Amino acid sequence: MQTTTMTDAMRPPVPAEPGAGVYSNKLGMWVFLASDVMFFTALIGSYIVLRFGMATSWARPGAVLNVPLTGLNTFLLICSSVSMVKAYAAIADGKKYFLRKVPGKTLQDGGLKFWMLITIICGAGFVGVQVFEYIKLVGHGFTPTGYREGSVLAEHALADPVKYGAGVAGMYGSTFFTMTGFHGFHVTCGVISMLYLYFTKVLPEKYSPQDYRGIEVIGLYWHFVDLVWIILFTIVYLI
Amino acid sequence: MTSVAHAKPAGGAHDAHHAPMSFWRKYIFSTDHKIIGIQFLFVSLFFLLVGGLLAMQIRWQLGFPGKPMPGGGILPESMVSGGVILPEYYIQLVTMHGTFMVFFAIMPLLVGVYANFLIPLKIGTHDMAFPRINMWSFWLALLAGLIMLAGFFVPDGAARCGWTMYAPCSARPDLSGATYSQQLWSISIVVLGLSSVMGSVNYITTIINHRAPGMTWFRMPLSVWALFITAILAVLALPVLQGAAIMLLFDQTIGTHFFDPGAGGQPLLWQHLFWFFGHPEVYILILPAMGMVSDIIANGSRKPIFGYHSMVFAIIGIAFLGWIVWGHHMFMSGMNPTLGSTFMVSTLLIAVPSAVKVFNWMGTMWRGNLRFHVPMLNAIGFVSMFTIGGLSGIFMAATPVDIPIHDTQFIVAHLHYVLFGGSLFALFAAIPYWYPKMFGRMMSERIGKLHFFLTFIFYNMTFFPMHIIGMGGQMRRIYDPTIYDFLKPQQPINEFISYSAFALFAVQILFAFNFLWSLKFGKKAPQNPWEDNGMEWSLPNPAPHGNWDKTPNVYRGPYEFSAPEAGDKDYLPQYVKLPTDRDPIPAPLSAGGH
Repeated sequence: MQTTTMTDAMRPPVPAEPGAGVYSNKLGMWVFLASDVMFFTALIGSYIVLRFGMATSWARPGAVLNVPLTGLNTFLLICSSVSMVKAYAAIADGKKYFLRKVPGKTLQDGGLKFWMLITIICGAGFVGVQVFEYIKLVGHGFTPTGYREGSVLAEHALADPVKYGAGVAGMYGSTFFTMTGFHGFHVTCGVISMLYLYFTKVLPEKYSPQDYRGIEVIGLYWHFVDLVWIILFTIVYLI
Repeated sequence: MTSVAHAKPAGGAHDAHHAPMSFWRKYIFSTDHKIIGIQFLFVSLFFLLVGGLLAMQIRWQLGFPGKPMPGGGILPESMVSGGVILPEYYIQLVTMHGTFMVFFAIMPLLVGVYANFLIPLKIGTHDMAFPRINMWSFWLALLAGLIMLAGFFVPDGAARCGWTMYAPCSARPDLSGATYSQQLWSISIVVLGLSSVMGSVNYITTIINHRAPGMTWFRMPLSVWALFITAILAVLALPVLQGAAIMLLFDQTIGTHFFDPGAGGQPLLWQHLFWFFGHPEVYILILPAMGMVSDIIANGSRKPIFGYHSMVFAIIGIAFLGWIVWGHHMFMSGMNPTLGSTFMVSTLLIAVPSAVKVFNWMGTMWRGNLRFHVPMLNAIGFVSMFTIGGLSGIFMAATPVDIPIHDTQFIVAHLHYVLFGGSLFALFAAIPYWYPKMFGRMMSERIGKLHFFLTFIFYNMTFFPMHIIGMGGQMRRIYDPTIYDFLKPQQPINEFISYSAFALFAVQILFAFNFLWSLKFGKKAPQNPWEDNGMEWSLPNPAPHGNWDKTPNVYRGPYEFSAPEAGDKDYLPQYVKLPTDRDPIPAPLSAGGH
């Protein structure tokens, strides 16, 4: 500031507002994620209250749900988080391309287009496996209202009520489908947003090492959704 | 780290205002924060009218049970029989009155209208951080309101079970007697929650990142502080209600059993989730009112606000305490007495920051050069009525007192003293105060004063006796008080309340007339009609699209009334640069800026 006529009588200057030190899109996403935390808190908190408020215990882990398959699915989602980081690092280094055709270079040297595609495929794959899992479960008789009458699971539950948590199947189905369903909905929204970015920004090479805000913001969301799944997988499938 | 990444999106919005826009882009699908605020204003005033009409029918039934309601003949047979309100319709009335007033009238009036309209103007920026998300926030709120309204037109009538939608009544159609409208209620709340979160993300981001140079945190007007804290509450509280409403919707539609005790669900869980949202919601409904009233009282007293910093910390304190008191709505729901005592203590603690605010308002007015313009009168009305509402709140916070008055008309009196006497009086102050900034004209002072005095009188005649009949044991949502012998002696008071309520409603015609008439025929507003210090008054009335051509500088706090430097005037706006003022240093680009 040029103040050639500065005198002692003048008030000290006030620094302009630096804000949060991050750009608004990113700040907005953080605030939204705080709100989303509260949404999942409502669902997970209800699950805990309902499950431990029951007179009899839940079905044993693995009795109804296919834990290995979902474990694989969890791995897929974690991979997508890794590829998201790789996409972020690629564009920060200015690698907009798909794969560089240089002898001796490996997949590790993929560009933004490559890693974003991997992320989208992993995310869509997660949703696909979850849909497959739902179809299988409903086929076995596991529904949001409990074990369907006359289904395989209903017969199992009659034979071994403790293992299959026969008395609390309705609540088991209610919480399972609500929590995993809304997580799946979040993943689907993320995949759709990434597809949109892929065709409007990534393929036309709109991002540069100077400005890749979209990738960073969607990355925040993606890692959050991934983190929620780690928690859900633990409390819904493993315990 | 890089300059591109730091470019403020507001710059883009600013450039856009030079291009001519079609009527639709400018007034209907507008992304301008001021137009969105005005859209919210008209829509929520409409829902305020709907809620008021429902209240009139409630008062008819309570004052004159069993008598045909005038004009009741136009309602279908499922609601009235020979003009007499049926019990099934009465429970719809109380449910929808509460729902509309809380979610679609007071909350959008305070947050939708004034957060949108005031935040960018008062912090000196061109628009919200995310103008398009802001537009969606409005359209989703309108959609939610229409879904709720549609409840009256589906076969089995509107939602019942009270605005709190306690389970299992709300979860099971066989208990509530309504299928579609209960589902519409849940869907509407989910959509409204989405709208509210989108709006609040915008407000928080805008206030943190888009303040004009020199607008430090402690130079922000208290209205902006209050709206900021309110937005934080909304962003964290609404998703909980959304989650609960989604579970309720699943109970109603796909046969889950979250809240159905017959199948192992927990009705108390609904109460916990609802009030975990509901108590922060109470402060969402009062904090913006407190903020705007602080601005108006400082202006009307021509004095700096008394204890600015303590006002800010009181807002923060109230908001924090608001998270740990939800159990006081559930003292009678079956709670461990030790836990009840904890909630009692935390609730009583809220009286401390609330009293700080009330005393600061009085300290501001004390020996001020008072100007009793309409906003000031209504602001004083707010302070006095909020005090009564706050004191009756202490009655209910104390568990031993709450047990007999729980779910009586005493509660109705209390919540109307804070919601009508508090929030609505603040709105009667805020609407004429910022009316010139919205429409370029003044509302009539004469009609405004008449409206204030009549509203103040009839409002107290309506709601104060409710304390008495509540103490006498009249239940909160009772259909016909005369069925109990012990309530019969109170019936003349009920009639008195009803007459007062009808008069109160009639007086609001003055306000509606004043509001609509002044749109076209009001006196042209001078640039700074209230001689206020806020940034918004540096703009012409109404404020142009994009607000300022160049981001303004801020030189001082918002309450420099009667400052010695001001010369012959008794106010010193935030945007005026005195010879002794220096320009703010341009913002440094922070390190690691990603």
